[in-house]
Amino acid sequence: MRPVRALALAILACLPALAAGAAPQAAGEGRKVLRYASQDDPQTLDPHAANLLSSSRVTANVYEALVWRDKAWKVIPWLATSWSQPDGRTWRFKLREGVKFHDGATLTADDVVFSAERALAPLSQMRVALQGVERAVKVDALTVDFAMREANPALLAHLTQFRIMNKAWAVKNGATAPQDYKAREDTFASRHANGTGAFMVTERQPDVRTVLAAHKDWWGRRAGMDEGNLSEVVMLPIKSNATRVAALLSGEVDFLIDPPTQDVARLRADPGIRVIEGGELRVQYVAFDVFRDDLLHGKANGKNPFKDLRVRQAVAHAIDAEAIRAKVMRGFSKPVGSILVPGVQGYSADADRRLPYDREKARKLLAEAGYADGFEVTLDAGNVQPAADIAQAVAAMLSQVGIRVRPNIVPQASYFPKIEKHDTSFYVLSWGAGVTADALYTMQALLHTPGKAGEGDFNLGRWSNPRVDELVGRMRVERDMARRDAYAREALLVAARELPLVTIHQPLIPWAMRKKVSATVSPVNTLYFYRARMD
Amino acid sequence: MIAFVVRRLLQGVFVMLVVGFIAFSLFNFVGDPVSLMLPPEATQADRQEMRVSLGLDKPFHVQFATFVANATQGNFGISLRLGRPVSTLLVERLPATLELAIAAAVLGLFVGIPLGVFTALKRDSWTSRAILTTSLIGVSLPNFLIGIFLILIFAVWLGVLPSFGRGDTVMVGPWSTGLLTTSGLRALILPSVTLAFFPLTLVMRLVRSEMLEVLRTDYIKFARARGLTDNAVNFGHALKNTLVPVITITGLQLGGIIAFAIITETVFQWPGMGLLFIQAVQFADIPVMAAYLCLIGLIFVVINLVVDILYYVVDPRLRLDRGGTGGH
Repeated sequence: MRPVRALALAILACLPALAAGAAPQAAGEGRKVLRYASQDDPQTLDPHAANLLSSSRVTANVYEALVWRDKAWKVIPWLATSWSQPDGRTWRFKLREGVKFHDGATLTADDVVFSAERALAPLSQMRVALQGVERAVKVDALTVDFAMREANPALLAHLTQFRIMNKAWAVKNGATAPQDYKAREDTFASRHANGTGAFMVTERQPDVRTVLAAHKDWWGRRAGMDEGNLSEVVMLPIKSNATRVAALLSGEVDFLIDPPTQDVARLRADPGIRVIEGGELRVQYVAFDVFRDDLLHGKANGKNPFKDLRVRQAVAHAIDAEAIRAKVMRGFSKPVGSILVPGVQGYSADADRRLPYDREKARKLLAEAGYADGFEVTLDAGNVQPAADIAQAVAAMLSQVGIRVRPNIVPQASYFPKIEKHDTSFYVLSWGAGVTADALYTMQALLHTPGKAGEGDFNLGRWSNPRVDELVGRMRVERDMARRDAYAREALLVAARELPLVTIHQPLIPWAMRKKVSATVSPVNTLYFYRARMD
Repeated sequence: MIAFVVRRLLQGVFVMLVVGFIAFSLFNFVGDPVSLMLPPEATQADRQEMRVSLGLDKPFHVQFATFVANATQGNFGISLRLGRPVSTLLVERLPATLELAIAAAVLGLFVGIPLGVFTALKRDSWTSRAILTTSLIGVSLPNFLIGIFLILIFAVWLGVLPSFGRGDTVMVGPWSTGLLTTSGLRALILPSVTLAFFPLTLVMRLVRSEMLEVLRTDYIKFARARGLTDNAVNFGHALKNTLVPVITITGLQLGGIIAFAIITETVFQWPGMGLLFIQAVQFADIPVMAAYLCLIGLIFVVINLVVDILYYVVDPRLRLDRGGTGGH
């Protein structure tokens, strides 16, 4: 027994020493270190290798683009101070003077041309950021021309995601291609970074931590772009939900970008923690097959009830988006009536109308359309949340007005192939306006008649309206933004009237942080460190 | 003895080939890695070129032969998730997992054996009963739950220990160790206790039942009759004779601890191989999964071999009558 006692004593003797180490280490004078946790570690630091949120949450703070977005999500000059379109096939950008990379090099047109080549390389996943661009051409040290393969009036929106890398650095370190599987070794740029951004990578240990320090020579500090006061950010991946929440509660981290929604109420109740929320550029909706003459999955006496506008209106009246917000989304959504949400170029408030929740009206419309006894239909959804729960809720709500809905929830991997073959009568889907945040991207995919060149790719109910097709076609080439927005508004109004789909809500993103941190949620769910503050 | 070891080694090679075959089959039957590696708008020609450069256009047996040849040299290809050689990743993560596993094994052994002896000797004391009842928790509660409880108590309520990560590490040659820093040691406590809970209770219960058995034997009675001290009887004679099954179980448990540290590593964000494996599963990072399976297979084979050899050292009887039969 003596060894037992000795061991116990030894353990007891160690405890105070260990506990003493627990006191938060005194921060250096005035240094503001933000400890930031998220579920996923960035896969790569290469700004052109992956189009993934976990990576762009780092690269967006380290690398910069020619144009960027302000807090209201409007495009503003950034590394480029001005631009023009000398002719229909060229965009000309004037670069900002005296912009320094993290290694001290100065930004020139060569870096932009090089980065464009790199982003357009075969293994780049960021080719979308240069949609329509053939190549970049240097005009002089601070002027670059983009020669267009095809017109892209929304080029500026796309360019916000085109991140500029230093040419000399990439060449020196053999990182001129975004990915190199053949070489079977690390691409230097996947673990190191050299951008012009407000923060520079000082340490990178995959799955352990990524440390960013404020870039002393950042041009934005002189230009008055700096809204934050952080001197260092330690980005920590914590996979397990419970551990991530515990780390915030115990004060080991200051900021959670992805608190699990089931824990948000618990976090709100803690006096030391603040939870904020903001809208994501995404809309959840249900859509109908309005193409076939009979119902593919369901029973309605050999007819397709969804071809009748009154039936689509009845569905819209029968869906209680407010109840879905409260029960399914735990409050993290905002009912909307338009497939574009605020923050997307082309959104207009007067086209954002949803039919009011009104069961009586729905029953009356169904009776007028000849479905007083309702009909049967299958509602398809992928097995991901919240889509699956929304499908269940919608099924219950529609059964209240007589439409007998059978939810058919299938694994995501087989859901997309199924609906892409138009093998559906009624389906739940969500659509993200993407980081480009431009109306054309959404409307072309969701509202245009399906065609050969990729238009109507996600118009899976095959709705077709010649006026909307014409408006989308004009948006593709119109360079005047006001006129372009007017086309978008008219197309939205047609969609709100004709209801090829019924929008439900825009999801809200919660962020949780210690009270000493202040930040605002961005529509792409990324924290820009130069806009965050700590007391 | 040498014939026995050689036979064991040959069996080990066979086991490794089977594990390798299963791991390799993942490449071919889980999905097409090329579609995961290339951007969606890649052309058919891009895909074919990638396939050829990865050797995926060759027949199955040729690919398997290449895989085994590469694997014996420690080359498992490149991680699809991190874009780095898998062998480098495993070497980087191995120290974290081994430190955690060894800390847990040491804890299990050095707390489990004394507790087992204690509960055997003081069978009827209420302390023993309390310890035995508590040990039921260790056997029945799942690992992750114990981990979360410990985090709740020691990190959230008391705020004395970190809830995640490995603290600061120091490089000793190629080995990154957390054992030399205060924060590293503090970070080790909760995960190693969590991981040790099950082997600890197992060892304790095993030692207890073996001790009870041994204490009834004649030679213990004669030892007492000779007037030997309690300590000499209990530890010198009784405990020593309980050790064969304890070694077996500890050996198997060590393999188990390393292999199943996955859960504990995920709960505590411990940057070891288990965490790497979990994330590989989520990303369909097949090279990492295959290499991990092979490595765990190798660890089990080696541990079993060592355990078999240890029997000879501990138990003289085996040296006499284990000439030809072999196998355990």
